[in-house]
Amino acid sequence: MGNQTGNTGSFEQLALPHFASLYNFACWLTQDRAAAEDLVQEAFLKALKGFSSYQQGSNFRAWIYKILRNTFLTTRAGLKATADLSLDSDEFAQEPVAGVGTETGLDPNTQTRRAQTPETILFARVEQETIQRALEELPVHFREIILFCDLEEMSYHEISLTIGIPLGTVMSRLSRARKAMRELLATPPLSRLDEEPDSRAEARIERPS
Amino acid sequence: MICDVDPKWLDAYADESCTPEERDGIEGHLLVCASCAAETLSRMAAKRAMRIAATCFSPSAEFQERVEESLRAEMVSGKSFWAKVNPLRSFTWMAQGIAVAVALILVVASTALWTVHLRHQQALAELLDIHVATTASANPVDVLSTDRHTVKPWFQGKLPYAFNLPELQDTPFKLIGGKLVYFRHTAGAQLVFVMGKHEISVFIFQDQPGMFVTAGTAREKGFSAESWSEGGMRFTVLGDTSAADIHQLADLLRAAAR
Repeated sequence: MGNQTGNTGSFEQLALPHFASLYNFACWLTQDRAAAEDLVQEAFLKALKGFSSYQQGSNFRAWIYKILRNTFLTTRAGLKATADLSLDSDEFAQEPVAGVGTETGLDPNTQTRRAQTPETILFARVEQETIQRALEELPVHFREIILFCDLEEMSYHEISLTIGIPLGTVMSRLSRARKAMRELLATPPLSRLDEEPDSRAEARIERPS
Repeated sequence: MICDVDPKWLDAYADESCTPEERDGIEGHLLVCASCAAETLSRMAAKRAMRIAATCFSPSAEFQERVEESLRAEMVSGKSFWAKVNPLRSFTWMAQGIAVAVALILVVASTALWTVHLRHQQALAELLDIHVATTASANPVDVLSTDRHTVKPWFQGKLPYAFNLPELQDTPFKLIGGKLVYFRHTAGAQLVFVMGKHEISVFIFQDQPGMFVTAGTAREKGFSAESWSEGGMRFTVLGDTSAADIHQLADLLRAAAR
């Protein structure tokens, strides 16, 4: 696990090793390469300007990811994600997720099938591109928490620091995000495309083959 | 087999977010619970699959170079002017700047002081001219009297202020008289005293900035002078005697003014 506590050094020494992963994360957030570049560049400049506020020895990765995330949340896409999150707050975890279905966003039939499908079989059955498409379709607050946990291998504590939510909320949101992910993976992509063809096509980011 | 362990603990274990005590407890449970062990394995596999699938965007070298360049530019422009340059050089420049500023202040102050001194000298020279002209005149004073009670009232109505004259009994000084004089467009009193063969003038003007007769003593062309300000009036004692004699008369006048 990538525990990144106890970082000291100059800004470049601390920040540049995270450049590629921040860019990857930014692509997933924005779903647009040009927007991701703008986001990363802006986040790096903000981090540099605010580096004096960084407490040497504390968790630099959580600090810079938080800056990137906050920068994203001030963009149009980020503001929309925030609005979605306010409708889907963790206090109302059993409420339907906007745009995905009941409970976690899928229809009840899919949900039933989902609950009976072991993750191992599910993830083994699907191809990488299917996972990527499902990830794209997740609401931003679900997508980011899965990326923090599974891609960046942050601990719940680090995620809590980065997103600024309590540890218990990290756990419940992550649980719901994974549930939504499983449901999306269990639903044939074509049937989802039939539901909202335009928005799905617009949301898709071109990935390297 | 159905297990009542909260799935969140399996998530936390798979996500390596448990405390050491929690981890030990879960591992103990996994040894005896096949269902939870399978669930945990499936979670780990899902994480691995997600990590592989989500690692798909790489920044171009050009973009990274651009960001690094903008960071360097920001680091240069973000620092203060003095921080950007070599610290030693900064110190030297600062020291040089301070030296230049101090030198400039000294030059300005010296010039101002010298100007004041010159004006003071000029004022004294003018008063000296009046004094010499008076002593050379056949009618040196307008009111000719050794009695201070005659001389002082003579100035009433002629000057917008009044002054006291000292009692000169038992002193080497003797009052001759007085007259109105004009110095730099200002009317004032000139009192003439003698001490032996020496003639001494006492000038009394209203004190104002344009007088340029500063307090202190001076020696000019064999003449001594002493000047002071008291009660809004500027007194200047001037004569061809010693500075001590001038000072003695000045003391008498100061005492009379109080």
